[in-house]
Amino acid sequence: MWILRLHMRTREHRLEDVPQAYTRLGGRGLTSTIIHDEVPAQCHPLGPNNKLVFAPGILTGTDAPSSARLSVGAKSPLTGGIKEANAGSAWARAIAELGIQSLVVEGQPEGAGGYWLAHISWDAGQGRPTAAFYPADEYVGKDLFEVYPLVQQRFGAGAHIAGIGVAGELAYGNSGVAFADLRGRPNRYSGRGGLGAVMGSKGLKFVVLDPTGAPELAVARPELFREGQRKLAAAIRSHDVTKPKGSLNSYGTAVLINIMNEAGGLPTRNFSRGRFDGAAKIAGEAIFEAVKVRQQHELYNHACSPGCIIQCSNTWFAEDGTEVASCVEYESDWALGANCEIDDLDDIAEMVRLCNAYGLDTIETGTTLAVAMEGGVAPFGDGKRAIEMIHEMGRGTPLGRILGSGTETAARVLGVRRAPVVKGQSMPAYEPRAVKGIGITYATTTMGADHTAGYTIAPEILKVGGAVDPLSPEGKADLSRAFQATTAFIDSTGHCLFIAFAILDIASGFEGVVDEVNAVLGTQYTVDDVVSLGNEVLRKERAFNEAAGFTARHDRIPEFMTYEPLPPHNVVWDVPNEALDAVFGRL
Amino acid sequence: MRVCVRLYAGLRQKVSEAILASAPAARAGTSPLEVWLPAGSTVGDLMAHLGLPEGSARLTFVNGISRDVDHALAPDDEVGVFPAIGGG
Repeated sequence: MWILRLHMRTREHRLEDVPQAYTRLGGRGLTSTIIHDEVPAQCHPLGPNNKLVFAPGILTGTDAPSSARLSVGAKSPLTGGIKEANAGSAWARAIAELGIQSLVVEGQPEGAGGYWLAHISWDAGQGRPTAAFYPADEYVGKDLFEVYPLVQQRFGAGAHIAGIGVAGELAYGNSGVAFADLRGRPNRYSGRGGLGAVMGSKGLKFVVLDPTGAPELAVARPELFREGQRKLAAAIRSHDVTKPKGSLNSYGTAVLINIMNEAGGLPTRNFSRGRFDGAAKIAGEAIFEAVKVRQQHELYNHACSPGCIIQCSNTWFAEDGTEVASCVEYESDWALGANCEIDDLDDIAEMVRLCNAYGLDTIETGTTLAVAMEGGVAPFGDGKRAIEMIHEMGRGTPLGRILGSGTETAARVLGVRRAPVVKGQSMPAYEPRAVKGIGITYATTTMGADHTAGYTIAPEILKVGGAVDPLSPEGKADLSRAFQATTAFIDSTGHCLFIAFAILDIASGFEGVVDEVNAVLGTQYTVDDVVSLGNEVLRKERAFNEAAGFTARHDRIPEFMTYEPLPPHNVVWDVPNEALDAVFGRL
Repeated sequence: MRVCVRLYAGLRQKVSEAILASAPAARAGTSPLEVWLPAGSTVGDLMAHLGLPEGSARLTFVNGISRDVDHALAPDDEVGVFPAIGGG
């Protein structure tokens, strides 16, 4: 395995052996380690000293189930801290097949203008990957649904595309990195934290991979690997959440709309209520039923990446049966729906499509639109105006550029006090006042408000991995810490985080993951090592953020949540600061 | 006493036919299911009344609070029932 470095000032590449200290790392563990070790914490995120790092998980490229996930990391222009954003795609598998443990994009072109496409392929003669640069200006400023097919056509069926849209070109704090889905469309995003802008700042428009000819990945201990793979697959296939035709495969992630609404924790009207009258109209069940009518048959969900056996990605179709968006995730559905009081799935799906066309993060987009609505730019509930505002972001109008800066900046410009952000990143689809543990995760994770960093919703709402009262702060600091550490480990393996639903309830599934990792790395880890391995990652991320200027004062929930009671439970954020500081006090 | 029940993620279709037959709007999912139970009935009694297959109802919310099967219901309670679900 190698580290491949792309130097964007000179457009040269360099292939390095993986240093001994990095041989056991992958995914988030590796992106965060490289950023910690190589990026000056106080650098400008869009300047030449930041680095954009791609790393497939430890297991990515093997036949481990649901393991084609990849981490993208950098210093975030949205938060000013370290960032890891995760996506599943065939690109993730391809970079692992090329033997590239990490792709590090460094420097930036001198002077203005000029975008490049990096093409990475297998050099059979040399027995290693190689890279070439091509001018990419012809693709700039365009809808990604137009340009991805052009790039695919140019580089052939074996090519896998990652790129940025207009949002990244315009250096928006709200901009993601788009990976092609299994049908070549720009639908799989490392969305959060403005990483598209970091890629754009380096003059890099696309990274195209072609692993054709690369040898198959070798696993150090194949029998142990097969044993682990079998145990994990059995857990995934038997758990009610993750099994075929289970809730994720049937209703997608948007199945959570109704339960969060019942629990009074579905953020509505820019985080001013915990229930949305239109929830049932936009829920995963409504998507399933409407698709059945519009396609004239039941449609179960598909995979985001090769080898996924959970398959949770839905598709939304127009009334005439043509495809609009793939997929409408819970987070997107909520952000662009309930949080803006929009209850029309056709409008929501169109907004998802536009976010993918322009290179925007759907969460940050929805939370920013809601702030704009509160600031009087458009009425709540007006789907057509919301669509128009996303077009403004895509066209780069003055209003569009303000909105593209993200929720915190837009709130400041528009004089909106209710800005639901932590460390500059907007909150996702769980109300911290009604679900205290996830609020602790939002406050204390290194990432800015991020549900995936420590998904305490599992025991607080879903009775997975235990059952605790969401309204009580009791014991939640410990709960959040344990989830954050375990998550940092899973994000390093390349497994989808959704395997957690199965392995938190089925112990043999958890053992299977550790078996797989040991089989690939030749290690002797046990299940008990998982938390300490995760903590190693969190320590590096915390150290980077501290060096960047973050203190305990940044591990806080916005003030309005401490004095505005949230209906229907009329609860405020009442977790003491000492509890927040205790989360990593003993790390 | 009367309670209002919302059934999610495929559970509606698992309620006994005898109950759904007299509640076309609830069957279609356009309104909650109104259920009359003896005073003092529990969440478990409600599940039995609905005829839901054993183990199919995993999560029950009463007036927005997660409750176990032995929780006693009160008149006009709003009940939401889910199978095992997850997402993110």
